[in-house]
Amino acid sequence: MSADTVRTIFEQGRPGRRAFEAPPADVPERSIDELIPPRLRRREPARLPEVSEPELVRHYVRLSRRNFDLDSGFYPLGSCTMKHNPRLHERVAALPGHSRLHPLTDHSRAQGALTVMWNLERALAEIAGLPHVSLQPSAGSHGELAGVLLTRAYHADRGEQRRKVLTPDTAHGTNPATVTMAGYEVVKVGTDERGGVDLDDLRAKADSDVACLMLTNPNTLGLFDPNIAQIAAIVHNVGGVLYYDGANLNAVMGISRPGDMGFDIVHFNLHKSFTQPHGGGGPGSGPIAVSDAIEPYLPRPVLTRHGGSEGNGSAVEFELDYDRPKSIGRLRGFQGNYGCFVRSYAYICSLGAAGLRDVSETAVLNANYLLARLRALGVTELLPPAYERICMHEFVLSGAPMKQQLGIRTLDLAKRMLDFGYHPPTVYFPLLVEEALLIEPTETETRETLDEFAAAVAAILTEAREDPEIARGAPYDTPVRRLDEAAAAKNPVLRQAL
Amino acid sequence: MASQASYPEELLYHREHDWARIEGDTATFGITWHAQDSLGEVVFFEPPAVGTTVTQDQPYTEVESVKAVSDVIAPLSGEVVEVNEALGKAPEAINDDPYGAGWMVKVRISDPDQAQALLERDAYVALIS
Amino acid sequence: MTRYTAVTDSDREAMLEAIGVASIDELFAEIPPELRLTRPLDIPAGLGEAEVYEHLRSLAARNTSAEEVISFLGAGMYDGYIPAVIDMLLGRSEFLTPYTPYQPEISQGGLQVMFEYQTAICELTGMDVSNASVYEGPSAVASAGYLAKLTNGRPRFLVSRGLHPHARETLRTYSVGFGTSVEEIALRGGVTDAEAWEKALGEDVGAVFLAQPNFLGAVEDIEPLAAAAREHGALVVVSADPLSLGILEPPGSQGVDVCVGEGQTLGNRLDFGGPSFGFFAAREEHLRRMPGRIAGETRDVDGRRGFVLTLQTREQHIRREKATSNICTAQALNALAGVVYLSWLGRRGLPELAELLARRAAYAREALGAIEGVTPLHEQPITREFAVSLGLGDAAGVQRVIARCAGDRIEPGYALGRDYPEYPDGLLVAVSERRSREDIDHLADVLGRAVAAERTANATGGMQA
Repeated sequence: MSADTVRTIFEQGRPGRRAFEAPPADVPERSIDELIPPRLRRREPARLPEVSEPELVRHYVRLSRRNFDLDSGFYPLGSCTMKHNPRLHERVAALPGHSRLHPLTDHSRAQGALTVMWNLERALAEIAGLPHVSLQPSAGSHGELAGVLLTRAYHADRGEQRRKVLTPDTAHGTNPATVTMAGYEVVKVGTDERGGVDLDDLRAKADSDVACLMLTNPNTLGLFDPNIAQIAAIVHNVGGVLYYDGANLNAVMGISRPGDMGFDIVHFNLHKSFTQPHGGGGPGSGPIAVSDAIEPYLPRPVLTRHGGSEGNGSAVEFELDYDRPKSIGRLRGFQGNYGCFVRSYAYICSLGAAGLRDVSETAVLNANYLLARLRALGVTELLPPAYERICMHEFVLSGAPMKQQLGIRTLDLAKRMLDFGYHPPTVYFPLLVEEALLIEPTETETRETLDEFAAAVAAILTEAREDPEIARGAPYDTPVRRLDEAAAAKNPVLRQAL
Repeated sequence: MASQASYPEELLYHREHDWARIEGDTATFGITWHAQDSLGEVVFFEPPAVGTTVTQDQPYTEVESVKAVSDVIAPLSGEVVEVNEALGKAPEAINDDPYGAGWMVKVRISDPDQAQALLERDAYVALIS
Repeated sequence: MTRYTAVTDSDREAMLEAIGVASIDELFAEIPPELRLTRPLDIPAGLGEAEVYEHLRSLAARNTSAEEVISFLGAGMYDGYIPAVIDMLLGRSEFLTPYTPYQPEISQGGLQVMFEYQTAICELTGMDVSNASVYEGPSAVASAGYLAKLTNGRPRFLVSRGLHPHARETLRTYSVGFGTSVEEIALRGGVTDAEAWEKALGEDVGAVFLAQPNFLGAVEDIEPLAAAAREHGALVVVSADPLSLGILEPPGSQGVDVCVGEGQTLGNRLDFGGPSFGFFAAREEHLRRMPGRIAGETRDVDGRRGFVLTLQTREQHIRREKATSNICTAQALNALAGVVYLSWLGRRGLPELAELLARRAAYAREALGAIEGVTPLHEQPITREFAVSLGLGDAAGVQRVIARCAGDRIEPGYALGRDYPEYPDGLLVAVSERRSREDIDHLADVLGRAVAAERTANATGGMQA
């Protein structure tokens, strides 16, 4: 598509063209005025496009070609776990028995679906080390909201009205945003010089007004906090709940379990470790696993199992149970993102126990190897790791020396990577690290890809030493170059003028 | 964008990167060159209403760039008597002329002694170096 | 090594050497031994692709989908026809696999799709601004509640009993965190009771919530209800069926502040309830408190037209605890299906489809109303769905009728009794464009016989299996 002729679908087509042909009228053609009084009806039709099917197809296929994507290239986005999306999952999710099943179908006619959900729940419970699961939340942050509301219900049931939730200063933005939505006050806990939770600060702030500590381990710096048992003890001693943000689960599956670390509530991101495709920004799915103490408050309905193990020869049957008097209630309609459950379940079936462990071992191996390659090429002289420790599945570099010595920022480095055919790592997160570059290769990348990426970064730095203007003006080889984001925010144009 | 760092001698500075110009019983507030440089290009600024009470060391509004939101801290306590409406249409004045056209509010100060807690220019420059 | 990872023995050797450790185990040395799992996960061994396919296929076979029965189930999700172009587009790598477009230079496809989607939703709802999607319908209603709370901080929400039961319950769940109370206004004659509505309004009501059409399929007269609410300073939130907006007056012309809704009916699969998308549109004055991603138009350094995520300072990754919501991942792929579907229907096709549904629904309501003992729960105008009483007196009878119909390969609809105890033998019937007149006649026949058999069983005092 020529760069000068960017037109939206609304700017194409001609009056009268159509892609849809209505079925023939087979019921009496009563006047619509008779059925719905004119004053309740639109006077003018919505100004939707008028295009033929070929126009529609060409427009969107051309648009698709203006996207970089994971199938096409490396996406080392820290905290996002951009691992390969197997197409098998699309095939099974498309089976009409799964995709054309109405959510209100009686359970007796949906045993296949309820079995998928049950088996997924059992697998997630095993991975988390916590026995009770709800698949209902629609995304990680939705799972976080569930977790904080569960915490509130737990304390309320004990006659307590705690007001604060603790989060580390390295936390993902969804954590504090969720805390406020759930009616709590956010209190930040500091990070120590090794990149873990500052225990002294935690002790000072953990009191009986603290409802919960939200944490992820490994944390957003890609580091495992070895003090986790002490952290759990401090929080539990004041009667608080420990919440695990599962965004970094990819580092520890089959190796360590949040439930064993002392967490009471865990959320999973199926669109991260369980390879639900990111779709350009969703859909995702954020199931939660909880301890016995939290179980009564789970969102409803809860999936239950009858028969089979009762030893009376009855067949196993699954049913959704709505009779949950202490439940926090619903967080959304129906049962959750079942299409995501099918895909993630297929993934778990494919990998099995050994395969899941292989995922985490390889994710951590790849991250440490990439860091070693960057060191070997001298990249870390200008972009040193924020913490000199073995990293887990991701690591964060600081571009501060690069900014000082070469005059280019992490942003410029990222934009120049686009010209080299890579999606850049996560930039400027976590906030704790100056000019942060958070790199997560994931386990599905080959060693050759990691070598090539490291070489590309080194090449960009060499180029910047010669002429920093190149990176500052990058990218050059993309469908558009740097965009004026300030203008977009100052004078927002959020729809096509019609 | 004001490309050269500048900190006028005659102003008083708050350690959270705000300045105050005191004239009799009123003071004008804004943010310093350092603050606008860290923020990047300002895209949105909404002043508080005239009549609002502001408290020393407390935020009285926010300033937004594309990638950040920052609290604006009151260097002194008082009542807002005038706001810079022009910043609604042209918030970039905060970047281009942080001490002039980028002024944010004028306040009738309630306690002149509070000025003792603020920094002289040299002390502020030393703080941010 | 599995089929998705690629570390061979020689790779591993070289990589460990480069890192400077002797084994992968050493990389996990920071994890205290007492926290290391010393046994394999209790999960069955992995399978090859063909075996996994067979397993998921056999599970699919144990579901009775709309492929096997003639379904009149609705209640927010509908068995509509999804055009083949949508399957093709959603399967493309470039739409399926990218991340959220934080690097706009290489995400112009996805960002332009968002911009087009936002335009389409504004057109449909009559609102000034739309975001790029939220998770689904009921949580969109709750998000609108959060916007109201951020706007006026008032403690009460008023909710019509015509709002979807899942939306009402979700709003209650979120309200525990907001600190707001949720009060329901009853229906009268199938629509929100205007008198009760007026009586409940007050200066402490932050927002009011209505559905269009409502859960019983009735078209509500929004304008006077909205006007009454606005007079008391409350925000007006309408949850609307997007397809019905093809012929109904858009909420934007009715004094409504926020219009949200469930988007599944726009080109998305049933998928046993998700994923789909929710839409969220509002008046201009609410823009800076809107949740979710928003795409905006701008120019690049060479003057080319392009799109970026904008107004990000509302969002969690910047504003953190003061964000307008905690949303990170949205429903981009499902919203793509939505805008493609609306473009596929087009300006003429959407009203044509909506009128077809209205005619078929009216026909079906008459046909079922002619069954002995069956009466419509209301006579309000309908667009695609309606409610009848089966004349059986209790909810258990309805379940038995549904079971009988299943034997004839018909899903006659959704039993209302659990959600609406005031309509214990109610049935909600939805007519999608895939249900022909013949299907409707067949429904009337099968349902008629099932109801008659149930009445006979009651009369003889026996329980039928």
